[in-house]
Order: sequence, then C-alpha cells, then structure tokens
Amino acid sequence: MTADAVLRLAGASLAFGERTLWSGLDLDVAPGEFVAVLGANGSGKTSLLRVILGLQPLSAGRVEVAGRAVRRGSRAIGYVPQQRRADPLTPLRARDFVGLALDGHRWGPGWPSARRRDVIARALEEVGASAYADAPVGVLSGGEQQRVRIAQSLVSNPALLLCDEPLLSLDLASQRTVTGLVDRVRRDRGTAVLFVTHEINPVLPYVDRVLYLAGGRFRFGTVDEVLNSATLSDLYGAPIDVVRVGGRILVAGVPDVPEHAHHHEAAEVAP
Amino acid sequence: MTLASVHWSDIIDFSDYGALLSLAWKSVLAAAVLGLLGGLMSVFVMMRDLPFAVHGVSELSFAGAAGFLLAGGSVVAGSVVGSLVAAYVIGSYGVRARDRNSVIGVLMPFGLGLGFLFLSLYPGRTANKFGLLIGQIAALNAGHLVAVVVTTVVVLAGLVLIWRPLTFASTDPDLAAARGVPLRALSLGFMLLLGLAVAVCVQAVGALLVLSILSTPAAAAMRISASPVLVPILSVVFAVTSLVGGTLLGLGSGKVPITPYVTTISFLIYLACRLGGTVRERRGWGRRPAAASAE
Repeated sequence: MTADAVLRLAGASLAFGERTLWSGLDLDVAPGEFVAVLGANGSGKTSLLRVILGLQPLSAGRVEVAGRAVRRGSRAIGYVPQQRRADPLTPLRARDFVGLALDGHRWGPGWPSARRRDVIARALEEVGASAYADAPVGVLSGGEQQRVRIAQSLVSNPALLLCDEPLLSLDLASQRTVTGLVDRVRRDRGTAVLFVTHEINPVLPYVDRVLYLAGGRFRFGTVDEVLNSATLSDLYGAPIDVVRVGGRILVAGVPDVPEHAHHHEAAEVAP
Repeated sequence: MTLASVHWSDIIDFSDYGALLSLAWKSVLAAAVLGLLGGLMSVFVMMRDLPFAVHGVSELSFAGAAGFLLAGGSVVAGSVVGSLVAAYVIGSYGVRARDRNSVIGVLMPFGLGLGFLFLSLYPGRTANKFGLLIGQIAALNAGHLVAVVVTTVVVLAGLVLIWRPLTFASTDPDLAAARGVPLRALSLGFMLLLGLAVAVCVQAVGALLVLSILSTPAAAAMRISASPVLVPILSVVFAVTSLVGGTLLGLGSGKVPITPYVTTISFLIYLACRLGGTVRERRGWGRRPAAASAE
C-alpha cells in the first residue's frame, strides 16, 4: 500500500439486486500509473468508473480519490466518457466544448475572460487540436473528437484520468494517437490513468498494471501476472489460452457471459 | 368564396396603414417581445431535440384555454395551466428521448380532443374558438400585453440562470453528470420554462403554429453558425423579424390573420439558412490543414 495513492478502493463491492458485479475489490493506484481495466461486457467496468465519479454508491467498502471520499463533480478527476458522436448540428465549437468541461457546471451564462481563453487554448494545444479549435464539434472526425475529449479532461489538471473505451470505433492511427496522448499526459503531469478497454493490445506498451473483471471476481497485477493461461482459467473457472504472438496478446476460450449487458450503464443519473 | 373572388388586397393592403399602426402598436410590441423569448428558447428546444414536446405542450395549452373559456375563466390562465401540466408530465416521465416521444404522442391527441370538446360545448362566438388555434395577436389588449411581458421576463430570467449548465447537460450529458450538473432537475426546470413560453406564444400565433416561434428560428441559425454566442443572437433576429414583419404585413388585411405571414417569413428564413449552410459545407466548414492530423 502506498501512502499517497491517487485512487484507493478497499473491500469495495457493487451489486445490483441479486447480481454481484465485483466484491472485495482492493486497489491502490499511484500517481502516474497506467492501469488498464479489462473484462467482458457487463462485467462492471463502466460501473467501476461510475463509482469513482461518485455517480453510483458502493454496496460495501470504501473508495477514495486523492485521499478523500469520492463525491460527484470532483475536480480531481478527468473523465473521457464512452464515445458518443456529437450531433452534427451541435451549436458549439471545439473550444466551447472544452470550456464547458472547465466551468459548465456553474450557474449563469458565463462571461468570457482572458484567463479562461488561455486555459482552453493551452489544453487544445497540448492534445494537438489547435488547428480545429474553431470548427463545430459536430463536423470533427472520431479521432479529432477524442482529442478534444482529452483536452476537456485536462482543463481541471486532474490527479486521476478515467477513460471509458476511448478507442472504440477509431481507426488504428487514431488509436495510436489517443493512447500516445494519454501516456504523455500521465508522464508530463503525473496523472494516474484508469483506462477501460476490451482490447489490451493498443495499450500494451504503456500499461503498468491490469485489473481484470469477470463473473463477479477480479485479478489485479502486472500484465504478466494477470494475462496468463493459469490466472484467467482460474478467474473464469474454464480453460483459457493466453498466447503471445509478436508482441501481441491473444486470449482464446473466454466463455459467453450471460448478457445483462448494459442495464446498469443505462441507469438514470440521480439528481 | 371561390379562389377567383380573392383579391390581392385581401392579402396585402397598405391603405390607411398609418391609422392602423397607431391602433396596433400593442400587437407590434408583443410581437417583438415574443420574438426575443422564442429566439432564445428555441436554441435549447433544438439543442435538446424538443420540437415534438413543444407541439405536445401547445395542444394541452389549447385544451386548458378552451376549458377555462367554457368555464367562464381567463383564456390566458387556462393556457398557462394546460402548458404547465403538460410540461411537468413530459419533463418527469420522459427523460430519455424514446420515453418522451411516446408520452407526447399519447398526450397530444388527448389534449386536442379535449380542446375541441370544450370548444364545441362553448356557446360563444366562433371567432374566439378559431383564435386559440391560429392566434390573435391583432386583438391583444393592454392586459394581454402586460401578461406577455411579465411572463417573458420571468422565463428569460430563469433561462439566463440555467444557461450554462443547461448547455452542458444538453450537449454533453455524460460529462455533465460526472461534473455534478443536476441533469434531472435541469430537464424539469427547462420544461416548466418551456411550458410558460408555449402558453404565451399560443396567445400570439395559436397552438398549431407555436413551432414557428419556438423551433424554426434556432433551427435556421444552427445551419449557418456553430458559435454559442452567434446562434442565440441570430435566432432572436430571425424570430423578431418573422413576428414583427408578419404582424406589420398582416395588419393591412382585414380577412387574413397574421399567422400565415409569420410562418411564411419564418420558413423563408429557414430555407435561406439551409441554402447558406449547404454552400458553407461545400466550401468546407471547419476545414483545416491536413497536417493537423499528424502527431
């Protein structure tokens, strides 16, 4: 246990009625650490992020971010939500979109200021999105929108960055750009990263540790500790083959999990 | 009256215009105020994909007004009550688009039916009946004008207060929720403001044509701009132009209500903006140097 963990879960459990997503979860994430969260659909990856964001209470246990109990709207957390393309007619430019992440939660219409312009411009520059800062968000490509998303998550200079499937429906080049950006952010700023993905290979070069969720249980450790045939076979209670081919990891034999799929993810946000 | 017997002067007639205008300044002022209201509200109606909800609320507003008319009450109060009930129901039962549309689809025919029932039972003049559906801005009295101005001030004060979080919640709900923006409360709050706005617009252009005030202006503006400052300004300009322009054109005609003038101008502005937007897209809206995509 590190004393200055950015994210700490202790004995954390989450259950919806009869169904337990995970239980007894102990997790310490250090500053600058890159943690990949893996698991099948419905294994509770997105729910874990919702817990950390303070949108979903735990059934048992504790969760702390930067040494404090989680609460909604914490500035210590940057969040890249699951890819949802902006409506083509959204009346916002990329820079306005980033501005909302900065102060969109405040009341009133909001007035322009030099400081605000500056913070936004710097965030866009950091992710290489300055060239389309004035383009409507609705006309940006998937990769460009993800860059703007990362710029959004940086404006509050968070201690922890949560990314929910940020590579979904991106081409390979954009995947590389996005993972490279996230890696640079955590190196430059010491931001801890929790990166939810169903595909380990795009992030393999950067990952420090892996949290693997399956069937109500989990394994947490380095890539070698978790992504091997013995560990995953034990986790799934079925024979799983993990093969390394040319620097890539292939997992074969993962049983079909009964799909309650996204019922918890679609849950409404309580006021 | 056959089509052949329709004279051009039935539609556009500027004789005695000065005298008419001095009598109708209240209508022109009301039109300008409603333009400001509609222009700003329509920005969020479009952003939140609510045109259908506006339609649903306006039918219930019509039912409320007809009910109060039958009961001998105030038409304005009736349309406010009907609107608020509809806005509350739609706002609290339909947070997600699909739920919302089904709730509206159920409410709308019920409201219209109820309204027609009340009107057919009402023994008064038919002109009043017609007015609720297609508007009566030319017949506004001083009391109406005060109601219009006060409602507009209340709605706009509320809108300015929630402007930023509502923009956030409407365009980026996932991140807004994570940032602590109260999505549900904002949704319901905006629906109630919308209910009031619809009720007051029903007085001017009638239940059937409220959309031309509460969605067309911003729909047009969003075709030619994506600036969060410019879109509301353009939207207000468009709404005021169609309402005041329509009122001024319609004054001269004794036969045609102002509604068709308003909706026609509103529609023409939209067409022009669509055209402008298409040209802008062809030229590459938001085009940027290709090098930008390289790291």
